[in-house]
Amino acid sequence: MGMTVAEKILARASGLPSVKAGDVVEPKVDLAMSHENAALVINQFLEVYQGTSLQPQIWDPSKVSVIFDHRVPAESPKTASNQKKVREFVAAQGVGKFHDIRGDVGGICHQILPENGYVRPGYVVVGTDSHTTSHGALGAFAFGIGATEMASVWALGAVLNVEVPATMKVNVKGKFKKFVGPKDLILHLIGKLTAQGANYKVIEFHGPTIRSMSTSGRLVICNMSVEAGATAGIVPADKETARYLREEAGVKGKVTPVIPDKDAVYERIIEIDVSKLEPQIACPHTVDNVKPVASVKGTKVQQIVIGSCTNGRLDDLAMAAGILKGKKVSQGTRMLVFPASGRIYAQALAKGYIGTFMKAGAVVMNPGCGPCLGIHEGALGDGETALSTTNRNFKGRMGNPNSQVFLCSPAVAAASAVKGVITNPRKGAK
Amino acid sequence: MAKVVIKLGDDISTDVIYPGRYMATVLPSETPQYAFADMTDFNSKLKSKQIPAGSVILGGRNFGCGSSREQAVSTLKGHDLIIVAPGFARIFLQNGINLGLRTVVCPTIEASEGDDLEFTEGEIVNKATGKRFAIEPLPKARQAIIDAGGLIPYTRKRLVATSPAA
Repeated sequence: MGMTVAEKILARASGLPSVKAGDVVEPKVDLAMSHENAALVINQFLEVYQGTSLQPQIWDPSKVSVIFDHRVPAESPKTASNQKKVREFVAAQGVGKFHDIRGDVGGICHQILPENGYVRPGYVVVGTDSHTTSHGALGAFAFGIGATEMASVWALGAVLNVEVPATMKVNVKGKFKKFVGPKDLILHLIGKLTAQGANYKVIEFHGPTIRSMSTSGRLVICNMSVEAGATAGIVPADKETARYLREEAGVKGKVTPVIPDKDAVYERIIEIDVSKLEPQIACPHTVDNVKPVASVKGTKVQQIVIGSCTNGRLDDLAMAAGILKGKKVSQGTRMLVFPASGRIYAQALAKGYIGTFMKAGAVVMNPGCGPCLGIHEGALGDGETALSTTNRNFKGRMGNPNSQVFLCSPAVAAASAVKGVITNPRKGAK
Repeated sequence: MAKVVIKLGDDISTDVIYPGRYMATVLPSETPQYAFADMTDFNSKLKSKQIPAGSVILGGRNFGCGSSREQAVSTLKGHDLIIVAPGFARIFLQNGINLGLRTVVCPTIEASEGDDLEFTEGEIVNKATGKRFAIEPLPKARQAIIDAGGLIPYTRKRLVATSPAA
Protein backbone atom coordinates (compact mmCIF):
# COMPACT_ATOMS: atom_id res chain seq x y z
CA MET A 1 0.00 0.00 0.00
CA GLY A 2 1.32 3.44 -0.90
CA MET A 3 2.25 6.09 1.62
CA THR A 4 1.54 9.80 1.96
CA VAL A 5 4.38 12.26 2.67
CA ALA A 6 3.64 12.20 6.41
CA GLU A 7 3.60 8.39 6.46
CA LYS A 8 6.90 8.20 4.59
CA ILE A 9 8.57 10.65 6.93
CA LEU A 10 7.23 8.97 10.05
CA ALA A 11 8.25 5.51 8.77
CA ARG A 12 11.82 6.67 8.07
CA ALA A 13 12.10 8.50 11.41
CA SER A 14 10.73 5.48 13.28
CA GLY A 15 13.03 3.00 11.53
CA LEU A 16 10.12 1.11 9.94
CA PRO A 17 9.70 0.02 6.30
CA SER A 18 6.18 1.44 6.22
CA VAL A 19 3.47 2.88 8.43
CA LYS A 20 -0.21 3.67 7.91
CA ALA A 21 -2.71 5.98 9.53
CA GLY A 22 -3.53 4.79 13.04
CA ASP A 23 -0.19 3.06 13.69
CA VAL A 24 1.61 4.08 16.86
CA VAL A 25 5.21 5.12 16.31
CA GLU A 26 8.09 6.89 18.07
CA PRO A 27 9.73 9.09 15.46
CA LYS A 28 13.24 10.42 16.07
CA VAL A 29 13.27 14.21 15.96
CA ASP A 30 15.43 16.14 13.48
CA LEU A 31 14.70 19.60 14.85
CA ALA A 32 13.13 20.69 18.16
CA MET A 33 12.21 24.36 18.48
CA SER A 34 11.06 26.46 21.43
CA HIS A 35 10.65 30.17 22.08
CA GLU A 36 10.27 31.95 25.42
CA ASN A 37 8.27 28.99 26.68
CA ALA A 38 11.60 27.16 26.88
CA ALA A 39 11.47 28.52 30.45
CA LEU A 40 8.70 25.98 31.16
CA VAL A 41 10.39 23.26 29.09
CA ILE A 42 13.53 23.65 31.25
CA ASN A 43 11.44 23.30 34.40
CA GLN A 44 9.81 20.09 33.13
CA PHE A 45 13.10 18.77 31.70
CA LEU A 46 14.84 19.08 35.06
CA GLU A 47 11.91 17.36 36.73
CA VAL A 48 12.34 14.34 34.43
CA TYR A 49 15.79 13.79 35.96
CA GLN A 50 14.67 14.20 39.56
CA GLY A 51 15.26 11.09 41.65
CA THR A 52 17.61 9.57 39.06
CA SER A 53 21.39 9.43 39.14
CA LEU A 54 21.55 10.95 35.64
CA GLN A 55 22.80 14.42 34.75
CA PRO A 56 20.26 16.47 32.77
CA GLN A 57 21.64 16.60 29.22
CA ILE A 58 19.81 17.38 25.99
CA TRP A 59 20.04 14.34 23.70
CA ASP A 60 21.56 16.31 20.80
CA PRO A 61 21.98 20.07 21.37
CA SER A 62 22.74 20.63 17.67
CA LYS A 63 19.14 19.64 16.87
CA VAL A 64 17.60 22.04 19.34
CA SER A 65 16.65 25.60 18.47
CA VAL A 66 15.57 28.31 20.89
CA ILE A 67 14.39 31.62 19.48
CA PHE A 68 13.13 34.63 21.43
CA ASP A 69 10.19 36.22 19.59
CA HIS A 70 7.04 36.34 21.72
CA ARG A 71 8.06 39.19 24.02
CA VAL A 72 10.98 41.03 22.45
CA PRO A 73 12.44 43.15 23.88
CA ALA A 74 11.13 42.00 27.27
CA GLU A 75 8.11 43.94 28.53
CA SER A 76 8.54 43.07 32.20
CA PRO A 77 11.14 41.99 34.75
CA LYS A 78 9.44 38.58 34.83
CA THR A 79 9.90 38.02 31.09
CA ALA A 80 13.44 39.37 31.20
CA SER A 81 14.28 36.99 34.04
CA ASN A 82 12.76 34.04 32.15
CA GLN A 83 14.79 34.98 29.08
CA LYS A 84 17.92 35.23 31.23
CA LYS A 85 17.29 31.78 32.68
CA VAL A 86 16.81 30.32 29.18
CA ARG A 87 19.94 32.10 27.88
CA GLU A 88 22.05 30.59 30.67
CA PHE A 89 20.56 27.14 30.14
CA VAL A 90 21.14 27.02 26.37
CA ALA A 91 24.75 28.17 26.90
CA ALA A 92 25.36 25.49 29.52
CA GLN A 93 23.78 22.78 27.34
CA GLY A 94 25.50 23.93 24.15
CA VAL A 95 22.26 24.44 22.21
CA GLY A 96 23.31 25.07 18.62
CA LYS A 97 20.51 27.08 17.06
CA PHE A 98 19.89 29.81 19.62
CA HIS A 99 18.64 33.17 18.36
CA ASP A 100 18.70 35.90 20.98
CA ILE A 101 17.12 39.35 20.70
CA ARG A 102 19.19 40.79 17.86
CA GLY A 103 18.62 43.06 14.90
CA ASP A 104 20.69 40.95 12.51
CA VAL A 105 19.87 37.28 13.15
CA GLY A 106 16.81 37.55 15.37
CA GLY A 107 13.16 37.27 14.43
CA ILE A 108 10.07 35.09 14.58
CA CYS A 109 10.82 31.40 15.04
CA HIS A 110 8.76 30.37 11.99
CA GLN A 111 10.87 32.63 9.79
CA ILE A 112 14.23 31.99 11.46
CA LEU A 113 14.02 28.21 10.95
CA PRO A 114 13.42 28.34 7.19
CA GLU A 115 15.69 31.29 6.36
CA ASN A 116 18.65 29.62 8.06
CA GLY A 117 18.11 26.30 6.33
CA TYR A 118 17.39 24.53 9.63
CA VAL A 119 14.40 22.69 8.10
CA ARG A 120 14.87 20.20 5.25
CA PRO A 121 12.44 18.06 3.31
CA GLY A 122 11.70 14.82 5.14
CA TYR A 123 12.54 16.15 8.60
CA VAL A 124 10.48 15.54 11.69
CA VAL A 125 10.17 18.98 13.28
CA VAL A 126 8.51 19.63 16.63
CA GLY A 127 7.97 23.01 18.22
CA THR A 128 6.36 24.28 21.39
CA ASP A 129 4.20 26.51 19.24
CA SER A 130 1.03 25.57 17.39
CA HIS A 131 2.15 27.32 14.20
CA THR A 132 5.06 24.89 13.86
CA THR A 133 2.88 23.51 11.03
CA SER A 134 4.54 26.31 8.97
CA HIS A 135 7.57 24.14 8.23
CA GLY A 136 5.57 21.67 6.20
CA ALA A 137 6.10 24.31 3.50
CA LEU A 138 9.56 22.77 3.02
CA GLY A 139 8.25 19.22 2.78
CA ALA A 140 8.86 18.37 6.44
CA PHE A 141 6.45 16.81 8.93
CA ALA A 142 6.20 19.60 11.47
CA PHE A 143 3.80 19.82 14.39
CA GLY A 144 3.16 21.70 17.60
CA ILE A 145 3.58 20.13 21.02
CA GLY A 146 3.36 21.24 24.64
CA ALA A 147 6.26 22.10 26.92
CA THR A 148 6.24 18.78 28.81
CA GLU A 149 6.25 16.87 25.52
CA MET A 150 9.27 18.95 24.50
CA ALA A 151 11.02 18.13 27.79
CA SER A 152 10.55 14.48 26.87
CA VAL A 153 12.00 15.13 23.38
CA TRP A 154 15.00 16.95 24.89
CA ALA A 155 15.64 13.90 27.10
CA LEU A 156 15.04 11.11 24.58
CA GLY A 157 15.31 12.62 21.08
CA ALA A 158 12.02 11.11 19.99
CA VAL A 159 8.33 11.83 20.35
CA LEU A 160 6.75 9.02 22.31
CA ASN A 161 3.56 7.22 21.33
CA VAL A 162 2.53 9.18 18.24
CA GLU A 163 -0.50 7.98 16.35
CA VAL A 164 0.13 8.32 12.59
CA PRO A 165 -2.51 10.81 11.38
CA ALA A 166 -4.68 10.24 8.32
CA THR A 167 -4.01 12.64 5.44
CA MET A 168 -6.43 14.74 3.42
CA LYS A 169 -5.31 15.95 0.02
CA VAL A 170 -6.08 19.46 -1.22
CA ASN A 171 -5.63 20.00 -4.97
CA VAL A 172 -5.43 23.64 -5.95
CA LYS A 173 -5.64 24.92 -9.51
CA GLY A 174 -6.14 28.26 -11.22
CA LYS A 175 -4.30 31.58 -11.26
CA PHE A 176 -4.92 34.09 -8.48
CA LYS A 177 -6.51 37.37 -9.51
CA LYS A 178 -4.61 40.58 -8.73
CA PHE A 179 -4.48 41.28 -4.94
CA VAL A 180 -5.55 37.69 -4.17
CA GLY A 181 -3.01 35.15 -2.90
CA PRO A 182 -2.05 32.40 -0.46
CA LYS A 183 -3.70 34.07 2.58
CA ASP A 184 -7.04 34.23 0.76
CA LEU A 185 -6.67 30.58 -0.26
CA ILE A 186 -6.02 29.34 3.27
CA LEU A 187 -8.77 31.50 4.79
CA HIS A 188 -11.16 30.12 2.17
CA LEU A 189 -10.11 26.55 2.99
CA ILE A 190 -10.47 27.09 6.76
CA GLY A 191 -13.94 28.54 6.21
CA LYS A 192 -14.83 25.46 4.20
CA LEU A 193 -13.34 22.91 6.62
CA THR A 194 -14.27 24.78 9.86
CA ALA A 195 -11.96 25.22 12.86
CA GLN A 196 -12.07 21.51 13.63
CA GLY A 197 -12.49 20.10 10.13
CA ALA A 198 -8.94 18.81 9.93
CA ASN A 199 -8.50 17.85 13.62
CA TYR A 200 -5.93 15.06 14.00
CA LYS A 201 -5.29 15.06 10.22
CA VAL A 202 -2.50 16.09 7.89
CA ILE A 203 -3.33 18.39 4.97
CA GLU A 204 -1.16 17.64 1.93
CA PHE A 205 -1.24 20.41 -0.69
CA HIS A 206 -1.01 19.64 -4.40
CA GLY A 207 -1.89 21.09 -7.79
CA PRO A 208 -0.49 23.64 -10.25
CA THR A 209 -1.27 26.66 -8.05
CA ILE A 210 0.82 25.19 -5.23
CA ARG A 211 3.63 24.16 -7.61
CA SER A 212 3.94 27.71 -8.91
CA MET A 213 3.69 29.25 -5.41
CA SER A 214 6.82 30.63 -3.70
CA THR A 215 8.08 29.09 -0.47
CA SER A 216 6.94 32.27 1.23
CA GLY A 217 3.35 31.61 0.08
CA ARG A 218 3.59 27.95 1.05
CA LEU A 219 4.64 29.02 4.54
CA VAL A 220 1.38 30.99 4.79
CA ILE A 221 -0.87 28.04 3.93
CA CYS A 222 1.01 25.53 6.09
CA ASN A 223 1.19 28.05 8.96
CA MET A 224 -2.59 28.39 9.09
CA SER A 225 -3.41 24.72 8.48
CA VAL A 226 -3.54 24.42 12.26
CA GLU A 227 -6.49 26.85 12.27
CA ALA A 228 -8.53 24.04 10.70
CA GLY A 229 -7.20 21.79 13.44
CA ALA A 230 -4.61 20.01 11.29
CA THR A 231 -1.70 18.27 13.00
CA ALA A 232 0.46 19.29 10.05
CA GLY A 233 0.21 20.94 6.64
CA ILE A 234 2.64 19.70 3.99
CA VAL A 235 3.67 20.89 0.56
CA PRO A 236 5.73 18.06 -0.94
CA ALA A 237 9.19 19.43 -1.74
CA ASP A 238 10.07 20.27 -5.33
CA LYS A 239 12.37 22.49 -7.43
CA GLU A 240 11.14 25.62 -5.66
CA THR A 241 12.02 24.08 -2.27
CA ALA A 242 15.53 23.33 -3.50
CA ARG A 243 15.82 26.84 -4.96
CA TYR A 244 14.70 28.45 -1.69
CA LEU A 245 17.07 26.37 0.43
CA ARG A 246 20.07 27.05 -1.83
CA GLU A 247 19.48 30.67 -2.81
CA GLU A 248 17.73 32.11 0.23
CA ALA A 249 18.78 29.81 3.08
CA GLY A 250 22.37 29.19 1.96
CA VAL A 251 22.06 25.40 2.07
CA LYS A 252 24.84 23.51 0.32
CA GLY A 253 24.64 19.91 -0.76
CA LYS A 254 21.83 17.73 -1.97
CA VAL A 255 18.19 18.47 -1.19
CA THR A 256 16.19 15.25 -1.33
CA PRO A 257 12.43 15.66 -1.56
CA VAL A 258 9.93 13.22 -0.10
CA ILE A 259 7.00 12.76 -2.44
CA PRO A 260 3.88 10.66 -1.88
CA ASP A 261 3.41 7.30 -3.58
CA LYS A 262 1.04 7.27 -6.54
CA ASP A 263 -1.26 4.88 -4.65
CA ALA A 264 -1.05 6.75 -1.32
CA VAL A 265 -4.26 6.52 0.70
CA TYR A 266 -6.06 9.81 1.40
CA GLU A 267 -8.99 10.06 3.74
CA ARG A 268 -10.52 12.85 1.70
CA ILE A 269 -9.70 14.84 -1.44
CA ILE A 270 -10.69 18.49 -1.79
CA GLU A 271 -10.52 20.38 -5.11
CA ILE A 272 -10.17 24.17 -5.14
CA ASP A 273 -10.06 26.50 -8.15
CA VAL A 274 -8.68 29.92 -7.13
CA SER A 275 -9.24 31.66 -10.46
CA LYS A 276 -12.51 33.22 -9.25
CA LEU A 277 -11.50 33.65 -5.59
CA GLU A 278 -12.03 37.15 -4.18
CA PRO A 279 -10.11 38.60 -1.19
CA GLN A 280 -11.20 36.77 1.98
CA ILE A 281 -11.52 37.94 5.58
CA ALA A 282 -11.98 36.05 8.87
CA CYS A 283 -14.51 37.90 11.02
CA PRO A 284 -14.63 37.99 14.84
CA HIS A 285 -14.23 35.83 16.91
CA THR A 286 -13.25 32.64 15.08
CA VAL A 287 -10.80 31.98 12.27
CA ASP A 288 -13.39 29.90 10.37
CA ASN A 289 -15.88 32.79 10.24
CA VAL A 290 -14.65 33.57 6.71
CA LYS A 291 -16.39 35.87 4.22
CA PRO A 292 -15.47 37.75 1.07
CA VAL A 293 -13.98 41.13 2.06
CA ALA A 294 -16.68 42.89 0.07
CA SER A 295 -19.35 41.71 2.53
CA VAL A 296 -17.83 43.67 5.45
CA LYS A 297 -16.38 46.62 3.53
CA GLY A 298 -16.79 49.98 5.20
CA THR A 299 -16.24 48.62 8.73
CA LYS A 300 -14.21 51.23 10.65
CA VAL A 301 -10.75 50.07 11.73
CA GLN A 302 -8.65 51.65 14.49
CA GLN A 303 -5.56 49.44 14.14
CA ILE A 304 -3.94 47.76 11.15
CA VAL A 305 -1.27 45.14 11.79
CA ILE A 306 1.02 43.83 9.07
CA GLY A 307 3.45 41.13 10.13
CA SER A 308 3.65 37.85 12.11
CA CYS A 309 4.76 34.32 11.26
CA THR A 310 1.90 34.25 8.77
CA ASN A 311 2.44 37.43 6.71
CA GLY A 312 5.57 39.32 7.75
CA ARG A 313 7.80 38.24 4.86
CA LEU A 314 9.40 40.32 2.12
CA ASP A 315 6.68 39.67 -0.49
CA ASP A 316 4.04 40.65 2.09
CA LEU A 317 5.82 43.91 2.85
CA ALA A 318 6.33 44.53 -0.90
CA MET A 319 2.61 44.11 -1.52
CA ALA A 320 1.68 46.50 1.31
CA ALA A 321 4.32 49.07 0.36
CA GLY A 322 3.16 48.98 -3.27
CA ILE A 323 -0.36 49.93 -2.18
CA LEU A 324 0.79 52.55 0.35
CA LYS A 325 3.40 54.28 -1.82
CA GLY A 326 2.66 58.01 -1.96
CA LYS A 327 -0.43 57.59 0.24
CA LYS A 328 -1.18 58.20 3.91
CA VAL A 329 -2.61 56.01 6.64
CA SER A 330 -6.05 57.44 7.38
CA GLN A 331 -6.44 59.79 10.37
CA GLY A 332 -8.01 57.85 13.24
CA THR A 333 -6.30 54.63 12.16
CA ARG A 334 -2.88 53.50 13.35
CA MET A 335 -0.80 51.07 11.37
CA LEU A 336 1.88 48.80 12.86
CA VAL A 337 4.37 46.87 10.72
CA PHE A 338 6.40 43.93 12.08
CA PRO A 339 8.91 42.38 9.66
CA ALA A 340 9.24 38.65 10.45
CA SER A 341 13.02 38.73 10.94
CA GLY A 342 16.02 41.03 11.08
CA ARG A 343 17.06 39.77 7.66
CA ILE A 344 13.67 40.68 6.18
CA TYR A 345 13.78 44.06 7.91
CA ALA A 346 17.18 44.78 6.26
CA GLN A 347 15.90 43.62 2.87
CA ALA A 348 12.77 45.77 3.18
CA LEU A 349 14.94 48.73 4.19
CA ALA A 350 17.19 48.26 1.13
CA LYS A 351 14.18 48.06 -1.16
CA GLY A 352 12.67 51.22 0.28
CA TYR A 353 9.56 49.58 1.78
CA ILE A 354 10.37 50.72 5.31
CA GLY A 355 10.67 54.32 4.10
CA THR A 356 7.35 54.02 2.29
CA PHE A 357 5.66 52.77 5.47
CA MET A 358 7.13 55.54 7.59
CA LYS A 359 6.21 58.26 5.11
CA ALA A 360 2.68 56.90 5.02
CA GLY A 361 2.50 57.24 8.80
CA ALA A 362 2.87 53.60 9.77
CA VAL A 363 4.93 52.64 12.83
CA VAL A 364 7.61 50.11 11.94
CA MET A 365 8.41 47.90 14.92
CA ASN A 366 11.21 45.45 15.60
CA PRO A 367 10.77 41.86 14.34
CA GLY A 368 8.78 39.63 16.67
CA CYS A 369 5.28 38.35 17.37
CA GLY A 370 4.16 41.87 18.22
CA PRO A 371 0.48 42.38 19.09
CA CYS A 372 -0.66 39.10 17.49
CA LEU A 373 -1.24 37.37 20.81
CA GLY A 374 -1.81 40.34 23.06
CA ILE A 375 1.23 39.91 25.22
CA HIS A 376 3.17 43.10 25.34
CA GLU A 377 2.48 45.78 22.75
CA GLY A 378 -0.11 47.11 20.36
CA ALA A 379 -3.07 46.38 22.64
CA LEU A 380 -6.56 47.46 21.55
CA GLY A 381 -8.87 49.78 23.46
CA ASP A 382 -12.40 48.83 24.53
CA GLY A 383 -14.68 48.61 21.52
CA GLU A 384 -11.84 48.96 19.01
CA THR A 385 -11.43 46.97 15.81
CA ALA A 386 -8.18 45.62 14.38
CA LEU A 387 -7.55 44.38 10.87
CA SER A 388 -4.53 42.14 10.89
CA THR A 389 -2.48 39.86 8.66
CA THR A 390 -1.91 37.55 11.65
CA ASN A 391 -3.48 34.14 12.19
CA ARG A 392 -5.94 34.24 15.10
CA ASN A 393 -8.89 36.39 16.09
CA PHE A 394 -10.22 34.63 19.17
CA LYS A 395 -11.92 36.81 21.74
CA GLY A 396 -9.21 38.61 23.70
CA ARG A 397 -6.49 37.51 21.29
CA MET A 398 -4.91 40.96 21.01
CA GLY A 399 -5.09 41.47 24.74
CA ASN A 400 -8.56 42.94 25.19
CA PRO A 401 -11.73 40.82 25.30
CA ASN A 402 -13.75 43.97 24.58
CA SER A 403 -12.26 44.41 21.12
CA GLN A 404 -12.51 42.60 17.81
CA VAL A 405 -10.01 41.33 15.26
CA PHE A 406 -10.47 40.66 11.54
CA LEU A 407 -7.84 38.62 9.64
CA CYS A 408 -6.82 39.30 6.05
CA SER A 409 -4.00 39.48 3.50
CA PRO A 410 -1.38 42.26 3.37
CA ALA A 411 -3.14 43.72 0.29
CA VAL A 412 -6.46 44.07 2.13
CA ALA A 413 -4.72 45.46 5.22
CA ALA A 414 -2.79 48.10 3.27
CA ALA A 415 -5.77 49.21 1.17
CA SER A 416 -7.85 49.47 4.36
CA ALA A 417 -5.14 51.52 6.12
CA VAL A 418 -5.48 54.22 3.48
CA LYS A 419 -9.26 54.38 3.79
CA GLY A 420 -9.56 53.74 7.54
CA VAL A 421 -12.29 51.22 6.82
CA ILE A 422 -12.22 47.62 5.56
CA THR A 423 -11.57 47.96 1.87
CA ASN A 424 -11.46 45.54 -1.05
CA PRO A 425 -8.17 46.26 -2.83
CA ARG A 426 -9.64 44.80 -6.01
CA LYS A 427 -12.12 47.61 -6.44
CA GLY A 428 -11.30 48.89 -9.87
CA ALA A 429 -8.65 46.19 -10.43
CA LYS A 430 -8.88 43.81 -13.35
CA MET B 1 -20.51 12.37 41.40
CA ALA B 2 -19.38 15.64 39.88
CA LYS B 3 -21.33 18.85 39.32
CA VAL B 4 -21.32 20.81 36.07
CA VAL B 5 -20.21 24.27 37.23
CA ILE B 6 -20.13 25.95 33.84
CA LYS B 7 -21.27 25.12 30.32
CA LEU B 8 -19.31 26.61 27.42
CA GLY B 9 -19.78 26.74 23.65
CA ASP B 10 -17.80 25.27 20.74
CA ASP B 11 -14.21 26.23 19.87
CA ILE B 12 -13.18 27.49 23.32
CA SER B 13 -9.64 28.62 22.58
CA THR B 14 -6.59 28.60 24.81
CA ASP B 15 -6.73 32.42 24.60
CA VAL B 16 -10.02 32.20 26.53
CA ILE B 17 -8.78 29.54 28.97
CA TYR B 18 -5.47 31.30 29.64
CA PRO B 19 -5.06 34.73 28.01
CA GLY B 20 -1.75 35.40 26.25
CA ARG B 21 -0.87 38.34 28.46
CA TYR B 22 -0.25 35.94 31.38
CA MET B 23 2.08 33.69 29.41
CA ALA B 24 5.17 34.96 31.21
CA THR B 25 3.78 32.99 34.15
CA VAL B 26 4.77 29.41 33.40
CA LEU B 27 5.01 27.35 36.57
CA PRO B 28 2.05 25.01 37.25
CA SER B 29 2.09 26.27 40.84
CA GLU B 30 1.42 29.84 39.65
CA THR B 31 -0.88 29.48 36.61
CA PRO B 32 -4.19 28.57 38.37
CA GLN B 33 -4.90 32.21 39.34
CA TYR B 34 -5.37 33.16 35.66
CA ALA B 35 -7.82 30.42 34.64
CA PHE B 36 -10.49 32.02 32.39
CA ALA B 37 -9.09 35.40 33.48
CA ASP B 38 -11.31 37.35 31.05
CA MET B 39 -14.46 35.59 32.34
CA THR B 40 -14.15 37.57 35.53
CA ASP B 41 -17.04 36.01 37.49
CA PHE B 42 -15.90 32.44 36.88
CA ASN B 43 -12.27 33.38 37.52
CA SER B 44 -13.08 34.92 40.88
CA LYS B 45 -15.17 31.89 41.89
CA LEU B 46 -12.20 29.67 41.08
CA LYS B 47 -9.74 31.88 42.91
CA SER B 48 -11.93 32.12 46.03
CA LYS B 49 -12.33 28.31 46.04
CA GLN B 50 -16.11 28.48 45.58
CA ILE B 51 -15.71 25.77 42.95
CA PRO B 52 -14.99 22.46 44.67
CA ALA B 53 -12.23 20.17 43.39
CA GLY B 54 -13.56 17.53 41.01
CA SER B 55 -16.16 19.87 39.46
CA VAL B 56 -16.96 19.60 35.75
CA ILE B 57 -16.41 22.15 33.00
CA LEU B 58 -18.68 21.16 30.13
CA GLY B 59 -17.11 22.27 26.88
CA GLY B 60 -18.36 22.20 23.31
CA ARG B 61 -16.69 20.79 20.24
CA ASN B 62 -12.97 21.46 19.64
CA PHE B 63 -12.28 22.46 23.25
CA GLY B 64 -8.81 23.98 23.72
CA CYS B 65 -8.19 24.99 20.12
CA GLY B 66 -5.45 27.44 19.20
CA SER B 67 -2.12 27.95 20.92
CA SER B 68 -0.04 25.07 22.29
CA ARG B 69 0.48 26.91 25.60
CA GLU B 70 0.57 24.31 28.35
CA GLN B 71 -0.57 26.91 30.88
CA ALA B 72 -4.10 26.31 29.54
CA VAL B 73 -3.89 22.80 30.98
CA SER B 74 -1.92 23.45 34.16
CA THR B 75 -4.30 26.29 35.09
CA LEU B 76 -7.28 23.87 35.03
CA LYS B 77 -5.34 21.01 36.60
CA GLY B 78 -4.44 23.36 39.45
CA HIS B 79 -8.14 23.67 40.32
CA ASP B 80 -8.55 19.89 39.94
CA LEU B 81 -11.31 20.31 37.37
CA ILE B 82 -12.69 17.64 35.05
CA ILE B 83 -13.19 18.71 31.44
CA VAL B 84 -16.01 16.94 29.59
CA ALA B 85 -16.48 17.81 25.90
CA PRO B 86 -17.72 16.21 22.68
CA GLY B 87 -14.20 16.73 21.29
CA PHE B 88 -10.86 18.35 22.04
CA ALA B 89 -8.21 20.04 19.92
CA ARG B 90 -5.18 17.80 19.49
CA ILE B 91 -2.46 19.69 21.36
CA PHE B 92 -4.74 20.53 24.31
CA LEU B 93 -5.78 16.89 24.73
CA GLN B 94 -2.18 15.74 24.47
CA ASN B 95 -1.05 18.31 27.03
CA GLY B 96 -3.94 17.24 29.27
CA ILE B 97 -2.86 13.61 29.17
CA ASN B 98 0.78 14.55 29.68
CA LEU B 99 0.00 16.55 32.82
CA GLY B 100 -2.74 14.29 34.15
CA LEU B 101 -5.67 16.68 33.67
CA ARG B 102 -8.90 14.69 33.60
CA THR B 103 -10.29 15.07 30.08
CA VAL B 104 -13.36 13.09 29.07
CA VAL B 105 -14.41 12.81 25.41
CA CYS B 106 -18.17 12.34 25.26
CA PRO B 107 -19.49 13.06 21.74
CA THR B 108 -23.22 13.08 22.62
CA ILE B 109 -23.16 14.62 26.09
CA GLU B 110 -26.25 16.60 27.12
CA ALA B 111 -26.16 18.42 30.43
CA SER B 112 -26.86 21.79 31.98
CA GLU B 113 -25.16 23.86 34.64
CA GLY B 114 -25.91 22.39 38.04
CA ASP B 115 -26.44 18.83 36.79
CA ASP B 116 -24.64 16.06 38.63
CA LEU B 117 -22.72 13.63 36.45
CA GLU B 118 -21.69 10.13 37.41
CA PHE B 119 -18.69 8.63 35.65
CA THR B 120 -18.84 4.89 35.19
CA GLU B 121 -16.76 2.53 33.07
CA GLY B 122 -17.25 3.86 29.55
CA GLU B 123 -20.30 6.01 30.37
CA ILE B 124 -21.49 9.25 31.87
CA VAL B 125 -24.84 9.20 33.66
CA ASN B 126 -26.55 12.57 34.00
CA LYS B 127 -28.29 12.18 37.37
CA ALA B 128 -30.55 15.16 36.67
CA THR B 129 -32.06 13.67 33.51
CA GLY B 130 -31.26 9.99 33.94
CA LYS B 131 -29.73 9.90 30.45
CA ARG B 132 -26.56 7.91 29.73
CA PHE B 133 -23.82 8.92 27.28
CA ALA B 134 -20.95 6.82 25.95
CA ILE B 135 -17.39 7.97 26.67
CA GLU B 136 -14.96 7.73 23.78
CA PRO B 137 -11.70 6.09 24.81
CA LEU B 138 -8.66 8.40 24.75
CA PRO B 139 -6.19 7.81 21.90
CA LYS B 140 -4.79 4.31 22.46
CA ALA B 141 -1.28 5.54 21.86
CA ARG B 142 -1.52 7.61 25.01
CA GLN B 143 -2.72 4.95 27.45
CA ALA B 144 0.80 4.03 28.56
CA ILE B 145 1.41 7.67 29.54
CA ILE B 146 -1.81 7.82 31.52
CA ASP B 147 -0.96 4.54 33.25
CA ALA B 148 2.46 5.90 34.22
CA GLY B 149 0.85 8.96 35.83
CA GLY B 150 1.84 11.45 33.15
CA LEU B 151 4.58 12.11 30.64
CA ILE B 152 7.27 13.14 33.14
CA PRO B 153 7.27 9.84 35.07
CA TYR B 154 6.85 7.96 31.78
CA THR B 155 9.86 9.70 30.23
CA ARG B 156 11.89 9.22 33.41
CA LYS B 157 11.21 5.48 33.29
CA ARG B 158 12.21 5.29 29.62
CA LEU B 159 15.33 7.36 30.21
CA VAL B 160 16.55 5.26 33.10
CA ALA B 161 15.79 2.04 31.19
CA THR B 162 17.79 3.14 28.13
CA SER B 163 20.64 4.89 29.88
CA PRO B 164 23.92 2.95 29.97
CA ALA B 165 24.84 4.76 33.17
CA ALA B 166 21.78 3.49 35.03
